Amino acid sequence: MGVTTTKTVAVTGNQAVAEALRQLNPDVMPAYPITPSTGIMESFTSFVSNGKVDTETILVESEHSAMSACIGAAAAGGRVATATSSQGMALMWEMLHIASGYRLPILMALVNRALSAPLNIHCDHSDGMGARDTGWIQLYSENAQEAYDNTIMAYRIAEHKDVRLPIMVCMDGFITSHSIESMQFIPDPEVKKFVGDYIAIDPLLDLDNPKSIGALVLTDYYMEHKRAQHEAMLNTKKVIQDVSAEFAKLFGRTYELFESYRLEDAEVVLVALNSAAGTIKDEIDRYREKGVKAGLLKPRMFRPFPYEEVSAALKNAKAVCVMDRADSFGGYGPLFMEIASAVYPSRQGPFLFNKIYGLGGRDLMPLDVDQVIDETIEVAKTGKVKMVKEYITVRN
Amino acid sequence: MKQMNWKELPHAGTVLKAGNANEYKTGSWRSLKPRWIEENCIQCLFCWIYCPDSSVMTKDEKMTGFDYDHCKGCGVCAMECPGKKGNKAIVMEEEGK
Repeated sequence: MGVTTTKTVAVTGNQAVAEALRQLNPDVMPAYPITPSTGIMESFTSFVSNGKVDTETILVESEHSAMSACIGAAAAGGRVATATSSQGMALMWEMLHIASGYRLPILMALVNRALSAPLNIHCDHSDGMGARDTGWIQLYSENAQEAYDNTIMAYRIAEHKDVRLPIMVCMDGFITSHSIESMQFIPDPEVKKFVGDYIAIDPLLDLDNPKSIGALVLTDYYMEHKRAQHEAMLNTKKVIQDVSAEFAKLFGRTYELFESYRLEDAEVVLVALNSAAGTIKDEIDRYREKGVKAGLLKPRMFRPFPYEEVSAALKNAKAVCVMDRADSFGGYGPLFMEIASAVYPSRQGPFLFNKIYGLGGRDLMPLDVDQVIDETIEVAKTGKVKMVKEYITVRN
Repeated sequence: MKQMNWKELPHAGTVLKAGNANEYKTGSWRSLKPRWIEENCIQCLFCWIYCPDSSVMTKDEKMTGFDYDHCKGCGVCAMECPGKKGNKAIVMEEEGK
């Protein structure tokens, strides 16, 4: 099977994800549009109005209701999707746990945006990180192409019989969602073939076999349910690898659990999610020209987190700066905590430190990245970390 | 009853057997027990209507007694019972009595 002919287009991240959703043609899409994810629903509802999809959209009165409707529709047996950001995702929070506990493979396009207060509409990852422990699979995307490709792969991952968990595909608000980029769409028939049909497990609309979902479970069974959920997450990594390998074979774009950019021989490593990786790659190229062995590790799969693989990838690094676009106030940044956990079992590995950057859409400029690389070089040389966690891109 | 381990649980904990709540004997929760005094009963079936747990047994549209395997002793039946000439047909008694 060769690489498919694809169509090159210039679209925003939101349009790219909406196009992926059109091709996936979900049965039901409940949503309560919120900036900066609004464009997804704006495009998608035009597909509905123009008869381009069979999807039933439900415009609800809140995001709590949007996720509740997703759960109802998915439990009934439908293929379901929604899109949200920030406060919207926060309002869904209790229902997110129910979606994963019911093992419903719902797809959410999460356009990452800062949480209030102070009120802000721009990018950071506090919404996604706040949903870290909700039992959803999380894939992060650097640009429109990755958001599109991750969305095309999402149902294949979430609906796999060993997984059956909800999945969120994340991209940066405005920076990705509203910027026009050149990217490639896969032709409709190929997407249809790749995604395949959905067969729900124990759907409520199978009226010949009545059943109850969401029964009360007390001390005697709750823990067994959670252990089974943990197993599904453990299975997810291999399914993501398999689906990504098949995707690469068919469509020519390769996705790993994380992207390694000039990482193999790197002594000085930066770790960051989503769009900041683009700026960081440019600066790494500049430092490489100067003879500095710099590299980037960009996680794609954040839940489940690929601890063993990350540990192996950072084995030869001397110093690593983990850049978090979200803070866990009073703790280290959420990505830092994962990287520290990943390298801990080896009892060796690089010096680690943590920078909090870009909250509420604050730009991360090439010069900011240079400062981080310079400090990482210093830590690699001296073996001394001055401050484990520090804010950058902030006025002091 | 042998309890399932996590591998044996049905997918997502879905209850696939309709009406299996019947197998769960909730009667042991009871501290007060309803007693039926048949001579005061006018067969109005208020107890049957109000019982939140379907624990009032009937035959041919007549009250015949209580399902003590499932009755939790809430006392709603005794409260609603109009009785005959001011004498209740259902009274609540201490379980240990």
